[in-house]
This record gives sequence, structure tokens and C-alpha cells, in this order.
Amino acid sequence: MPADPVLLDAPSRRRAGAGLRGLATSDVERSQRLRLMRSGALGSVHSWELVTAVDGPGTRLTVFLNGCPLRCQYCHNPDTWSMRDGGPVLASDLLGRVERYRGVFSATGGGLTLSGGEVLMQPAFAARILRGAKELGVHTCLDTSGYLGANATDEMLDDTDLVLLDIKAGDEDTYRRVTGRSLAPTLAFGRRLAERGVAVWVRFVLVPGLTDDPANVAAVADHAAAIEAVRPGTVQRVEVLPFHQMARDKWAELRRAYPLADTEPPTPEATETVREVFRSRGLTTY
Amino acid sequence: MSIQAEQSTAAADVAWEGFVPGPWCDGVDVRDFIQRNYTPYTGDATFLAGPTPRTSALWARLSEMFPAEREKGVHDVSADVPAGITAHAPGYIDRAAEIIVGLQTDAPLKRAIMPNGGWRMVEGALNTYGYPVDQDLKKVFTEYRKTHNQAVFDIYPPNVRAARSSHVVTGLPDAYGRGRIIGDYRRVALYGVDALVEAKKLDKLTLEAEPFTEDVARAREEHAEQIRALGELKEMAASYGVDISRPARTAVEAVQWLYFGFLAAVKEQNGAAMSLGRTSTFLDVYLERDLAAGRITEAEAQEVMDDFVIKLRIVRFLRTPEYDALFSGDPTWVTETIGGMGADGRTLVTKNSFRMLQTLYNLGPAPEPNMTVFWTAALPQGFKDFCAQVSIDTSAVQYESDDEIRAAWGDDAAIACCVSPMAIGKQMQFFGARVNLAKALLYAINGGRDEVTGKQVSPAFAPVAAGEPLDYDDVRARFDRTMDWLAATYVEALNCIHWSHDKYAYERLEMALHDRDVLRTMACGIAGLSVAADSLSAIRYATVTPVLDERGVVVDYDTVGDYPAFGNDDDRVDAIAVELVETFMAKVRSHRTYRDAVPTQSVLTITSNVVYGKATGNTPDGRRAGEPFSPGANPMNGRDTHGMLASALSVAKLPYAEAQDGISLTNTIVPTGLGRTRAEQVANLAGLLDASFGAGGYHMNVNVLVRETLTDAMEHPEKYPQLTIRVSGYAVNFVRLTREQQLDVLARTFHGAV
Repeated sequence: MPADPVLLDAPSRRRAGAGLRGLATSDVERSQRLRLMRSGALGSVHSWELVTAVDGPGTRLTVFLNGCPLRCQYCHNPDTWSMRDGGPVLASDLLGRVERYRGVFSATGGGLTLSGGEVLMQPAFAARILRGAKELGVHTCLDTSGYLGANATDEMLDDTDLVLLDIKAGDEDTYRRVTGRSLAPTLAFGRRLAERGVAVWVRFVLVPGLTDDPANVAAVADHAAAIEAVRPGTVQRVEVLPFHQMARDKWAELRRAYPLADTEPPTPEATETVREVFRSRGLTTY
Repeated sequence: MSIQAEQSTAAADVAWEGFVPGPWCDGVDVRDFIQRNYTPYTGDATFLAGPTPRTSALWARLSEMFPAEREKGVHDVSADVPAGITAHAPGYIDRAAEIIVGLQTDAPLKRAIMPNGGWRMVEGALNTYGYPVDQDLKKVFTEYRKTHNQAVFDIYPPNVRAARSSHVVTGLPDAYGRGRIIGDYRRVALYGVDALVEAKKLDKLTLEAEPFTEDVARAREEHAEQIRALGELKEMAASYGVDISRPARTAVEAVQWLYFGFLAAVKEQNGAAMSLGRTSTFLDVYLERDLAAGRITEAEAQEVMDDFVIKLRIVRFLRTPEYDALFSGDPTWVTETIGGMGADGRTLVTKNSFRMLQTLYNLGPAPEPNMTVFWTAALPQGFKDFCAQVSIDTSAVQYESDDEIRAAWGDDAAIACCVSPMAIGKQMQFFGARVNLAKALLYAINGGRDEVTGKQVSPAFAPVAAGEPLDYDDVRARFDRTMDWLAATYVEALNCIHWSHDKYAYERLEMALHDRDVLRTMACGIAGLSVAADSLSAIRYATVTPVLDERGVVVDYDTVGDYPAFGNDDDRVDAIAVELVETFMAKVRSHRTYRDAVPTQSVLTITSNVVYGKATGNTPDGRRAGEPFSPGANPMNGRDTHGMLASALSVAKLPYAEAQDGISLTNTIVPTGLGRTRAEQVANLAGLLDASFGAGGYHMNVNVLVRETLTDAMEHPEKYPQLTIRVSGYAVNFVRLTREQQLDVLARTFHGAV
């Protein structure tokens, strides 16, 4: 279980934001919303996008859910932190959009990716969407920090083809500095995925001055290698993502103090050096 | 009488040796020849050869001339010789080194004057570039010889003049060659000129048997002109020491013969688009025969294609700055259609389809010829992958829906210009530029008054009520009335133009390479579709209150609230765009057209999206006055927030049946947005094309580049002489665009995560 409790909250917005165009948003009252959310029939959704090559293989319908227990310093979606800020979307409507793109998925070798925020803040909704997608024969992918991995039932993992597991730091101290929470649940979730035979892409965001300490990088690489060691073939790839400043405006818009406002992206050379650390452990790394 | 019997049997025996005979032997039927003789290729690109030292040296020699041309606007002008098939003495780049010969004038990059379209254009261009105006010629083309331009303005009615000067209708081919006619240049190679002349004479005989009507007389006169033009074609080739009266016997001859046919067309016509057709698979038959016989090697096969493409890259026309504002970057639209599937299910991809694309590596990227691949999921994977790779490396390829085009026009169709399909040698179009649908919507709101000048342009009716939010049904009904007027005015203008063009600037040579009876389309077009659709969406889903100025003209809109924008695969607004396309097409169809042409329309702007935007006031979608429209059918820049494919899927909803002249979509992708490895990038781009065309998409221009390259190229053009980017339906050298056009390209959505 996570070290700190995380609560379900209903979205308060009634109108869809720009990111929800084409998705019907539900108009049910707040009390009823919470009930529907607990059953997984309703979710708090930030936006959707059709993307290629960034959130799993092929072209994917990536759905960003609202609500996150972490407060990462480098978060590029701070507008997804609060579940309240999302749009209320019925699982059935979202699955309608998944069905609509079946042709796209089969043409591109893509599928559905649930991202966030933190998907596992809304485990019932996520489970329902993943089940529905599998029933449609669609490849599924979960983009998560793993911090709430305990919220994922075995059945839910059976409906998940790939997990993009974000390991944000290699030791507890750094992890807490980066995210405000604890690392252990992520590592436990990683082991569990390997044990259950769920494929994993490990992701690590390289932030100069925050996560680029060689000891930290080495520790993350060791964790990734440890997951791979549980069941070889689990970690299909590692993606080292260089920090970028594209979220600066979002933080400003939300009137939040952005701790990394003056941080520069890592140099291509520095990024490549970090990738080598992962490669040296036998991991395919980009 | 058969063609074979017509020509010297000996000549045909040699030329056609080894070819499978069929109906193509008994009458002009290039498609039948291809179908019986071509070799589909389903392998990959590994067989391709690089450039020979000769090719590289020849291209380098030309490349040295480009910077000065770019600087001055033209390299040189043949200012005192009116163009014609035989007007200029032979010209060479480097006579000893050329495999395929022939230039438009007597020197490379030297532009001809083509006064039949209109003298004003010629004089304007000569003044612009500092060349003397020959007073005798001026007298000939203003006093003795009427031009197309003069005829059009003799017969334009006032409503057309008003619509033209208010820019609700723009870019009409009333002062320049209409273009977009594809001669079947393959016929020259397959049959030789003499046989084609004989066939045309037979056609003319059938016309002479019919009693006089104006149509019959016109057809007889046109045939006489066609026969004359074929004679000049032969004479022009002879001036280069080549006898093309007989069919081509080898692959090199086939390329040369075909090129002479095309060259004759571009010597005589300064058409807005002078497209080549669908030649690579035809030529492959000759190349395969020579390869099999050991007469040439793969390196030599590639070399002759490289040499051919060098010639196609240096086609030049003399144009004015006003023309360049509409069609930026000196395009000629030497469009070559590549790939696709045959009606029998075999792919039309051959090794020579690969060679044609390979020229982009051997000579480096370039906008011309306008490489156009007919895409369908059924294409061989090796070809798909090669196309995707070439796009990633050069941004010089556009894609069109093979399935849509084959279903509508058969499997021997090609693209003229950007997105206009036609069956080769059997069909031509009357090019009609486009109307500004967004501006027409503003007329509807303003009761027919122009929002910029305040002038009454379309018929007057009461404007919307001041101070009240716009009502969707009311505005839509007004828009319908305005579109009625617009369609009537537009078709009237096009009828005037094409009647005059046929009379005073008839495309003799191109039409000589067509059948006697051709299908003509009246190719109308619309611009500003996404602005009009978004504006109507805003009126329907948000609250839009008009703002009037002291003249009582609505000049701005107070838009409160969110509205679904075109380009997000949202049916609420996409349906509005679809409905506008259907409605305007239906209105166009209700009018009688010159020569009973079949009305079609395109959703295409070329680069005129900038000019159209400049002429259009504030719009209800929040777009500011003067701001460029998005190009073609593209969603407005920055409003497509759900990824490139969602944007493409919105555009894919526009029904091809209601826009048979084509629907243009341009996308720019950052390479890393396609994947981590090159193999992944290639696979993902091919997958995106499959997905987009599979969903009913018609066209996709694909740019794969980063914004920084373009900004650097603006600062240091000399570093990027060959940087090619695709705009609406064609490709340009980025450094040849005006600064305004460059900024417009930069303002477009770069799909970082596709």
C-alpha cells in the first residue's frame, strides 16, 4: 500500500476543455458522480490525443486522466494533478472512441494508452476501460509512476499489454525530493509486473541538478536491471527522456511556483552518457 | 485503319520487338500497352544505384547558376522571341555530357515570353526584371493579335468584376495560362509522331463528315492546330538531331521521345501547372527490356532517369510578383504520379518507381518534379517503406489516395498540379482557382457588403441585428443565399475564362496528345473552409455578438465561450465543414458550364491562403483580420490539439465525391516524433499513411523537419539551397519563398508528438 492515503474526488467541471473535443461529458450531479466513479462508470479525464511513437508502439489513443498523488518538480502536466479539474467522462463514451480508432490501431500497430496524472488514482475506471479495450481486441498500455501499483488488481494487469513504468529516482531521498512521495511502491510494482509477465518500458526523466547525479542514475539503472532479472525479456526498452521547458507556461498559467523555471535541458552528450549507463546493464535504451 | 498499318511496318517491328501485342497495336491505347507489358516490383530499395560522376558534375554545373537566379528572380529572359515549339534554336547545358537533350529556350534557365495568355503579364514581368519591352511585339499582341486576357475582360459581366476586385474570387486564370492539362507524352515514345498525326487526321475526317455546328467547327479547327503542333514537335526534335517520327526503340530513346513531347508543351504554354503524368512505370517497360537484353546496366538505367529529372527540374516560366504572391516559390508543378494499384489487383509499382524517387538522393532534394505517390494499404511493403524513408530524408513527396482516384478515374490517372486527378489522355480540366468561403460568410452577415471596403458586392439584404448574439440558423440561411450568388458569379467567370482560353491560347500540343473526345471538368475550388466551419461552430456552440463600426458594417465579433474546432475528429464541427463542401458543390452543379464540363471542386489553396487571409476581415472564430488562413483543407493552425492523425481524420470526413478535384492536407512532423530508430520512424510514417488513407483521407503532404532548420534557413539561405518543404499540394525551395510565406509556414503546427 502507498505510504500516504490518496482519496477519490469528483470532477467539478461541467464543460469539456479543449482537450476533450469529441468526447461527450456527463452532466450528472456531484453526489451521483462519486458513486459512478467508485463503480468505474465515470472518470475524471483531462484530454485525449492521437500520438505516435511516444506512449508505446504505433499510433495510440492516449487518454490523460486527472488526479496524481505525486508532485514532481518537473511535471509537464501540472494541470492534471487534481481530479477535480478533469472533465467527467463516461467509460462507455471513452470506449466508443477506442472503438472508432480500431482501424488506426491495426494500420499502425498501435493501441490505447492510459496516462495522466496518475491512472491508478482511478483504478475502477481504468480497469473498466482496459477490459473494454481488450474486448475490442485493442493493444493496451498503462503509463504510470507505479506509486499506486497496489491499486491495480491482477485482473487489470491481465488486461494490460504494456506498462510504461516511470522510475523517477533511484533512492528514497532523491525520490522524495523529486516527487514528494516514496520510491518503494514503484519498485514493488515493477517486480510484480515482471512476475506476472507484463512487458515494461522503463522511463527516466533526466533533469540537470535534480536527477542527473551519477549515483542516482546508476541506482535507477540497477532497479531497471533488477526488474529485468526477475523475468528476462520484461524490460523491452528504457527511455531516457531529457527534461524540457515546454511546461513552464502551464505552471505560470496555474499560478504555481515552478521550481525548475531556470533549469536548462541536459545536453545531448549528457543524455547519451546516461543512456550508456543503462545500456551497460544490457538494457535496450533510447 | 490500324496504327501499325499506318506506319512503316519495319520501324514498328524493331521498336516493339519483344512487347506483348494487344489492342494498343491497333489504336492509341497506352494503358493497354502498360498492362500487357509491365513488370510489377514487390521488392525493396537495395537494387538502386547512386549517381554517376557525369550526373553529379552536370547537376553541380546547374546548381552553380541557382544562387544568382534566386537573387535576381530570373537567370535570363529571351525577351524578344515569343515562345513556340520551334521558336528557339537548340540549347544545351553541356552538350557532350547530356544523355537527354532539349531546353525551353536556347540556354538553360533562360525564360521565354508567352504572350498568347496576355500581354500585360509579359510586360509586367519584363519591367520587373529589367528587360526591354520589344515595341514591335507589343504592337502585335495589343493591336493585331488578341490575347486570352483581353478576350476575358471583353466578356466579363459586372458581378464578376466586382467579386474579383473584392477578392471574394481570386487567382482566376484570366491573365495567365490555365495549365493543369496533362498531355499523354508517353504516346510520342510508343507510337512516334507520324502515327499520332495519322490518327489525328482520321479523327479530323470524322469531324469533317459531320455538318456544321459551332461545336463541330471548333473541333475541326482544334484538330488542325493539333496536327500542326505535332509537326512542329517533330521539327523541334529534328533541330536536336533526333528523328521522332518513328516509335522509340530503346529505353534512352523512350525517355528522350517522351521528354520532347513534354518539352514542346512547356515551350508553348505557361500554364499554372505543367504536369508530366504517370510516366515511370511506362518507361520501366523499356528499361526492363534493355536490362534483360544486356543493353544497359542498373547504373545506366538510373543515370538516364537522373538526366531526365535534371531537365524536369529546370523548367522555368516568366511570371510577375503578383503571381508569385499567389503561387509562391516559382513552382511549375511538373507533377509525376508514382505507384498505385491496377484494376486487376497487381501493383503498378515497378523498379522505375523506385528510380524516380531515388533521384531525390542522387541529385539531392528538390521541389520539382512534384513527386506524387498514389498510396493504398495494398502497396508492396518494400515500396511503402522506401517512400516513408524518402519523406523522412527529403520532405519532397506527397501522397494521394489510390483507392479514391482509381474508383473515380481508373488506374491510368495522374495528378495535375497538386491534387487534381484525371485519366491521362482522356480527360482535361478547366482550372478555376477558388472562392473565399470565409469572406462569403462575412458577406452573409453584412447583407452583401464587404467588411473591409464597406462596398455592396453581393446582392443586398438586411444585415444581422446589432447588439444581439448571432443565431446559427439565421446566419446559415443567409450564408446559403450568399453562396447562391457566389456560385453563379463564379461559374460565370470560369465560363468566360475557358471560352476565351480555348479561343486565344489553345493548348494545341497537349491536346494533340489526347483522344478526340475528352471528358472536361470545370474545376472550381474553395478556400477558407476551416475558418468558415469554425466560425459557424462558434456561432452555434459559443456566444458570438457582432461588433459594428460607424458605417454600420460588422467588423468584429465578441466571442464568449468554447466551441469545437475543425481538426480534432469532433463530429459536431466536422459535420459543418462537410455540409459546406456539399452545399457549395450542389450550387455549382446547378449552373450550365462551358463545353458541358462536369463541375468539380477542390479544397486547395496552393500558397494563396496568405493572400486570402490578407483580404478577409475579422471572423467569428476569433481569427483576426489579415491573418492567413490555414492552407488547403487544413484545420486552422494551433486549433488541432489532438494530434496529427486526429487532424487528418477530420479532413478525411470531407467527401471526395463532392470534391473530385481534390482535398489538400499538409502536415509537418518533427523526425523524433516518429520514433526512436530509423526503422521505427519509417514503420510509423507508413502506418500513419495507411491509417489516414484507410479512413478516407484523400491527400497528405508530409514534411519531416524541425522548426530550427527553417528559422536557420531564413537567416542563412545560402546554407540551404536545396531545403525542400511541402506546402499546399506542391513542394518549394524554402529559401525561395517570400518572408511572409516563410513566416506562415513557421506558424503552422509542427507535430512534435505526432
